[in-house]
Amino acid sequence: MLNIKKTCLNVAVALILPVAAMAQQADQAPVAKPSPHMESHIGNLTGHSGAGAALYYRYCWGCHGARGNGDGENAPYLNILPRNFVAATFKCRSTPTGTLPLDSDLYNTIGRGFNFTNMPSWAALTAQNRADLVAFIKTFSARWVTEKPGDPIQIPAEPKLTVESIKHGGELFQKLECWKCHGQEGRGDGPSASTLTDSNDQPIRPYNFTSDNRSKCGRTNADLYRIFMTGLDGTPMPSFADVVKPEDAWDLVHYLRTLQVNNKSPELTLWESTPEGKAIVAAKRVRNTNTGSGITP
Amino acid sequence: MLSPFGQRFKDNGYQMGNDRDAPIFQQAAYWPVTFRITPIWHRESTSNAQVDGSNGPGGNEAKVTTQGFDLSGLDFHTGGTLANNFSFYVLPSSDPFASFHFESVWARMDNVFGTPWINIKLGKFELDNLLSEKRILTLTNVAGTYENYHFQPFSSPGVPESSYHFGIGDNQLGLEWMGHSADDRTRVSAALLSDSDGQPGLPTNRGYGGFFAASRAFEIGSLGLQRVGGFAYIGEAPTYYQYNLTTTSTVGTDINGNPVTSATTTPYAGTGIGNKGIQRYGLLGIWYIKNFDITTIYFHSHDNAYLSTNTAAGGVSNPSGALPTGAQAASWNGALFESHYMFNPQIILINRYELVRMSQQPFASNPSNLSNADVLTFGARYYPFISSRAGFAYHAEYSIIWQKGASPVTFSNIATSSLLFGFDFDF
Repeated sequence: MLNIKKTCLNVAVALILPVAAMAQQADQAPVAKPSPHMESHIGNLTGHSGAGAALYYRYCWGCHGARGNGDGENAPYLNILPRNFVAATFKCRSTPTGTLPLDSDLYNTIGRGFNFTNMPSWAALTAQNRADLVAFIKTFSARWVTEKPGDPIQIPAEPKLTVESIKHGGELFQKLECWKCHGQEGRGDGPSASTLTDSNDQPIRPYNFTSDNRSKCGRTNADLYRIFMTGLDGTPMPSFADVVKPEDAWDLVHYLRTLQVNNKSPELTLWESTPEGKAIVAAKRVRNTNTGSGITP
Repeated sequence: MLSPFGQRFKDNGYQMGNDRDAPIFQQAAYWPVTFRITPIWHRESTSNAQVDGSNGPGGNEAKVTTQGFDLSGLDFHTGGTLANNFSFYVLPSSDPFASFHFESVWARMDNVFGTPWINIKLGKFELDNLLSEKRILTLTNVAGTYENYHFQPFSSPGVPESSYHFGIGDNQLGLEWMGHSADDRTRVSAALLSDSDGQPGLPTNRGYGGFFAASRAFEIGSLGLQRVGGFAYIGEAPTYYQYNLTTTSTVGTDINGNPVTSATTTPYAGTGIGNKGIQRYGLLGIWYIKNFDITTIYFHSHDNAYLSTNTAAGGVSNPSGALPTGAQAASWNGALFESHYMFNPQIILINRYELVRMSQQPFASNPSNLSNADVLTFGARYYPFISSRAGFAYHAEYSIIWQKGASPVTFSNIATSSLLFGFDFDF
């Protein structure tokens, strides 16, 4: 009797399980896989992932890892972790937040490097080498198969620089609460600074405008404008595309340039030509190197 | 040779340009130091070694072959940045018997006035050789240095040119200016050097030499970056010493108990005069063809007649400063062809061929091919792992040099070969 029950149970399980499994498969969409063969297109250049692989495993994998997930042998020693290409989340884009970057964005990043990280400039490689690397980077994530890069944001012509635009930018700096992270003097020491983490749950420091004239994604005013509008994906720096009008964004750019008190820029020169600006800049300025030598009390 | 990225990193003062790679930004416990040594088995063979025999002490030649387990010298490398644009390098180095010297010691200012065209280095350093002898891939006694970087011809059969020592491959003491374009495609340098072949303590004279180098990288289609360049060393060396110093020391006692003294006369260091010129020129190409990289160099060299014939241009031994009969300036040409085939970053095959051909002998009566040399080298390196914090390679290499008229007794041709297997590691 017991054996008959057991046999019936086994038959039932044998019939039900495949049906359940089929139902489950029908519910799930097929999982996309990364493509092992990718191309990149930057201007007249066409990059090929096959050629990029050899370069990647010579120059890049020590930090970014053999599988591109940012776990190379050097990664434990870096306090801003190498980019995880499997996640395909990129900081420097000309496309809206949450979208894939253009090939040219990745190409420019490789050539420029990231200031204040351990990612150097690879300008010593040829243009074709960099295009090939971009193609290979795209083989790590299925996002490059299932999604297309976003439409690049439009950057309107820069309006004329005026004292009023600098002052208005300063007001926006307060209103948008940029100071909470970047600090009132732009030194990256705002009240929230110590609490920030990136997408790897690693502590991340807001940009210190006084340290250099290079931001993460380039050194021109247009580069700064682009960062507002696209945000830096994977970091706490959001996109302001929905809350800042283009002319306001340019005013903010003009104001931020005045925070770079050791970088001679048209904005700083104009700002210092006013009594108000001159006093503010003089109070902020700390001369010479970041090791402290040559500081005049 | 360095990769384009490595060359740019070096030229930028060992900085990546993003302000986070310097030791001053690392953990306080971090000290950038590594040591390198290579346990080896090697076999050395010389076709005509000078030995005692039927012709008396040192009067015979024989083929001599030795072999066994051994050690290379030991290098301690430490270098990095002291602050932005201030870098240093210190390399205490020992022979296999742990006798140390400073192979390299320098400090450097980079990007002076904010331009990559002004970088200043002071100390003892490797000349701006695009084919570096300090990063050479071959390790045997024959091929551990480049023949053309050190070649000095025989003055006459059985008499080496010995009035001075200089090698482009030797680290030199001096001051160097180097400049490069932002992408490092164009590089130029000029160095003012003491004529001491890198020996500290001002041992020879008060003369100076100059080393000049320039190169340009360019793209060839899908082959990528290639580089061509040239270099010149124009220097001088003394032919005799202005002053000597005789010192007397007690070496024992005679049978009566009286002290026995010995007098030794030595040149007074640093007072060498009668300087005569030496020149070294070269044209270089570094070619990348897929997994092959090939270096080609053409050399032309010239030594003043006084130097090439070991003749003092004055002083006690030759007050008139006259040259011996038939003496003339030595000149010679050389070529180097070195190729590396990289299956992948872990396996490298090495081949090198060097030749030296005399175009003018120090004495007109010398055989025209005296000192001519050919060096052939094959090797392979396999790195079982790749790490930025430690290195290990299985190394195998065979090298042989043939030189005309170089045997010490009969002045016949000589062949010297070296076979080596080793574990080359650093940490």
